Amino acid sequence: MLFTHTVAEILEQKGISRRQFLNFCATLASLMALPSTMVAKIASALEQARRPSVIWLSFQECTGCTESLTRSDAPTLEGLILDTISLDYHHTLQAAAGEGAEQARIAAMLSQQNQYILVVDGSVPLGNPGFSTIAGISNHDMLLEVAKNASAIVAVGTCAAFGGLPQAYPNPTGAVAIGDIVLDKPLINIPGCPPIPVVITGVLTHILAFGAIPELDSLKRPKAFYGQSIHDRCYRRPFYDLGLFAENFSDEGARKGWCLYKLGCKGPVTYNACATLKWNASTSFPIEAGHPCLGCSENHFWDGGGFYRAISLPSGNTANTAAYAVTAGLAAGVALGTSNRSRKAQAENEHQIITIHTIDKADKKDKA
Amino acid sequence: MSEADLFMLVRGPLFHAALAIFIFGNIIKFFEILMLGHKPDYAEARGSAVQGGIRTIFSRFIPDAGIWQRATITVIAGYMFHLGLFTVIFLFAPHVLIFQDLLGLKWKALPTQIIDAATLLTMLALLILLMHRLRDPVRCFLSRPCDYLVWSATMLPLITGYLAFHRFGIAPQTLIAVHIFSVEFLLIIFPFTSLTHAFTLFLARYYTGFTAGHRGINA
Amino acid sequence: MTALLERSLTVFKEHVDATVAAFFSSCVRCGICAHSCLFYTETKAVEYTPIYRLEPMRRIWFQEYTVLGRILKTLKLSPPISHEELSEWEPLIYDSCTLCGRCSMVCPVGNDIVTMIRKMREGMAAAGHAPKGLVDATHRAVKTGSPMGVRLQALQHQLEHVEQELGFKIPVDVQGAEYMLLMSSMEIMNFPEFIRAVARLFKYADLSWTIASNAFEATNSGVQVGVSDIAAELVERVVNAAEALKVKTVIGPECGHAYMALRWEGPNLIGRPYRFKVLHITELLDQLREARKLRTHSRDVRSLTYHDPCQLSRRGGVTKPPRRLLNMICNDFVELPDNGVMNWCCGAGGGVSTNERADQLRLQVFTRKKQQLEAIKPDAVITSCSTCRMALEEALDEYDMEMPVLSLVETLAEHLLEKKPNHSEIN
Repeated sequence: MLFTHTVAEILEQKGISRRQFLNFCATLASLMALPSTMVAKIASALEQARRPSVIWLSFQECTGCTESLTRSDAPTLEGLILDTISLDYHHTLQAAAGEGAEQARIAAMLSQQNQYILVVDGSVPLGNPGFSTIAGISNHDMLLEVAKNASAIVAVGTCAAFGGLPQAYPNPTGAVAIGDIVLDKPLINIPGCPPIPVVITGVLTHILAFGAIPELDSLKRPKAFYGQSIHDRCYRRPFYDLGLFAENFSDEGARKGWCLYKLGCKGPVTYNACATLKWNASTSFPIEAGHPCLGCSENHFWDGGGFYRAISLPSGNTANTAAYAVTAGLAAGVALGTSNRSRKAQAENEHQIITIHTIDKADKKDKA
Repeated sequence: MSEADLFMLVRGPLFHAALAIFIFGNIIKFFEILMLGHKPDYAEARGSAVQGGIRTIFSRFIPDAGIWQRATITVIAGYMFHLGLFTVIFLFAPHVLIFQDLLGLKWKALPTQIIDAATLLTMLALLILLMHRLRDPVRCFLSRPCDYLVWSATMLPLITGYLAFHRFGIAPQTLIAVHIFSVEFLLIIFPFTSLTHAFTLFLARYYTGFTAGHRGINA
Repeated sequence: MTALLERSLTVFKEHVDATVAAFFSSCVRCGICAHSCLFYTETKAVEYTPIYRLEPMRRIWFQEYTVLGRILKTLKLSPPISHEELSEWEPLIYDSCTLCGRCSMVCPVGNDIVTMIRKMREGMAAAGHAPKGLVDATHRAVKTGSPMGVRLQALQHQLEHVEQELGFKIPVDVQGAEYMLLMSSMEIMNFPEFIRAVARLFKYADLSWTIASNAFEATNSGVQVGVSDIAAELVERVVNAAEALKVKTVIGPECGHAYMALRWEGPNLIGRPYRFKVLHITELLDQLREARKLRTHSRDVRSLTYHDPCQLSRRGGVTKPPRRLLNMICNDFVELPDNGVMNWCCGAGGGVSTNERADQLRLQVFTRKKQQLEAIKPDAVITSCSTCRMALEEALDEYDMEMPVLSLVETLAEHLLEKKPNHSEIN
């Protein structure tokens, strides 16, 4: 449904006070690591912004990203955003179904050309389009169709950003990331399995407030949230530095909250805001709960060698490789050693006795 | 190739390849050496050859007084380098895990600050050794391109490991991947260069001590 | 490739064994061996670095016995050995190396460099690249029995002299004698006092001993020049004589390389253990001391030091016996700095003094020995090797240093026996 009200009007309708609204803007500014001078800008921008249309396409996904986004207590930032934007198409959250839902999507696309935001979760199967379809349309085709006139594309979740679980070995559906298909539109990747709710809303708000996408890194992730690794912000870091590790989940180290590196924590190679923003309204995050970080916002985290296998360890069965190498080495070694021996024996056989007569000349019956 | 792809590559197939070549190459080396055999010593023994061999394995760790005097830099920097390297390789927690995984053996690691300092000292020693190799007439004369290749292959894991740990420059995941790759390079060239001395020196010392022990000499 | 080069290559290949392979695999070019080598420290010529001397042999090992080397050789990326190269290496293997073995004592990875140089001499000689002086000495040794051409007649002449002086016969070709004495030509010609001293000591200790007329030469030119076939032939003369006379022990004279050749190389040259023991003269005298068969009659009041011959002490294992003997007769014994197994070579052994081309160099490197002596300023220096003695005397003279060089055995005889020989049996 299209609205002509501004965000400010909506908020007023909902009974959100000015103070609450400014608080919201300030929180958002700090989330995005923007200076406090930006708060006023955000406020005025939001006040005048038209309620934008958002089309949310769900492909090969588990709906976890939506679950994360909607796990909220009211009034929260997430709730505000969902009220503020016009979510014109979302499989889980929409009331409509079947043809009616598809009509709503097409209507939004037509009327808000180059103004609607396309949010995608889930990966796209290229192996056989039939693996994942909506209303008989393949994910691939629907993605291109909707992306054509979108102002920006937000790939939410590791599946959409990188390929995620469907792409894990052996990738039976030929799953790829959104960014592998849509190459000509501004793309923002918000990886995570799922992403932190406020990261999603923070990005959307940024777009709303400034009409532009936030600063992205080389993998198109917003730097504000993905600029640092878990390891660099982890509260257990001092234990890592001191060399105090939990060896298993029930030992002294585990109980004392020591570093989980040895239990496979992928913190050092994972970029996300979990260690600072945390989850469930800043209650906790996996490491704090005693479980090593899975690295869920990184590409290939499913195939990273094992959740409980430390980063420094190689993936795969090294014992096998070593066994093959030893066997091959022994075989080749014996062969080469035997060759050495026989070469030496041959030299010994070819030895010509040297006498004082032949000491500076070769034996006469020798090859010339 | 994305960061994660590179990381997976070095932790996966490349590691296996490097490990396999390392093991394969060194085993071949040992057979190539040992199967040449050596003749028995028919001279009447004055002392125990075996004891002499074992003795020299350990006694050669102590440099002769005259060598301390005349080759001071080589001795000091050499020790600093080797001790530092062993500390960094074998006493850094993430590395200890690798050995635990590969060999099933476990030991305690040192705190990362100590490893950090050890890495710096090791790199310093390596730099001193390189400068010395270039400027000392004997060492410069003796050195072949292979020696400089080996120096680089040893220095790279140290530098990249240090950078990866401290997150200087490019992304951490890539830094770690580069570090692992540099180690893989070292492992691959190992059996075909003078790096084999890490293992063969025990054989060499034993043989020399064996001969000396047979004659009743403490070598 | 010429026949000589082929022959040489075969010899090199024969001599590479597990020890050589282990050594070359371990060398990291640290250069420490240079700082232990007399010829490097006194000249600073980098090509005298011990491990460098082995470069041709290293390449042969690499090309023949390692997988990488074989591949590179096939791809023509590793050059073969040439006569030019071996010719260039000749002075490094002969003129500037006495096989003193200091290098083997300090190599951090434990390489026995001197043993490899000894092996390399085999390849060099097989290629016709041994120095003329050594080859000539070897000719004489094989033809006449002595590298200096000392024949039995000359020996008999010396023996007669000694017998006249002492008044008793020196046993020759005595079947069933316990000890058979060998001598170096150097002693027979230049230091006949040695024979006198030994004869007196043996008489005093009432030993049953003899000299073999067909095998009295102790030194082995075959070892010096590096031709095992000839070395074996020379050793066999001694072995045959000793076994024919059924002696229990063969005594090596005051000569380092002779001891090494006989005691340690000999059985391996002939491919079997001896049926007799071998002792250096100082070892025998030490045994006699142990058995209380020697008595101190007088002591030397001079400040004396002992120069350990390389092949006897560091390479041969006879370090303590000379000192125990000196303890019997010295009042003021002072050790050289770097004594015992780390003593510095006199510069003349291993064929260097037989090689005229090396005379200048030999004199030049004496500066180290000079330094050692000047550090303690003894009244005289004692040694137990005639080559060392000769070399020290010559060099001290050249450097205008007044210092007598004494034979250990002769000095012992002076103080363990009464001053004048017993002339009562003179006819």
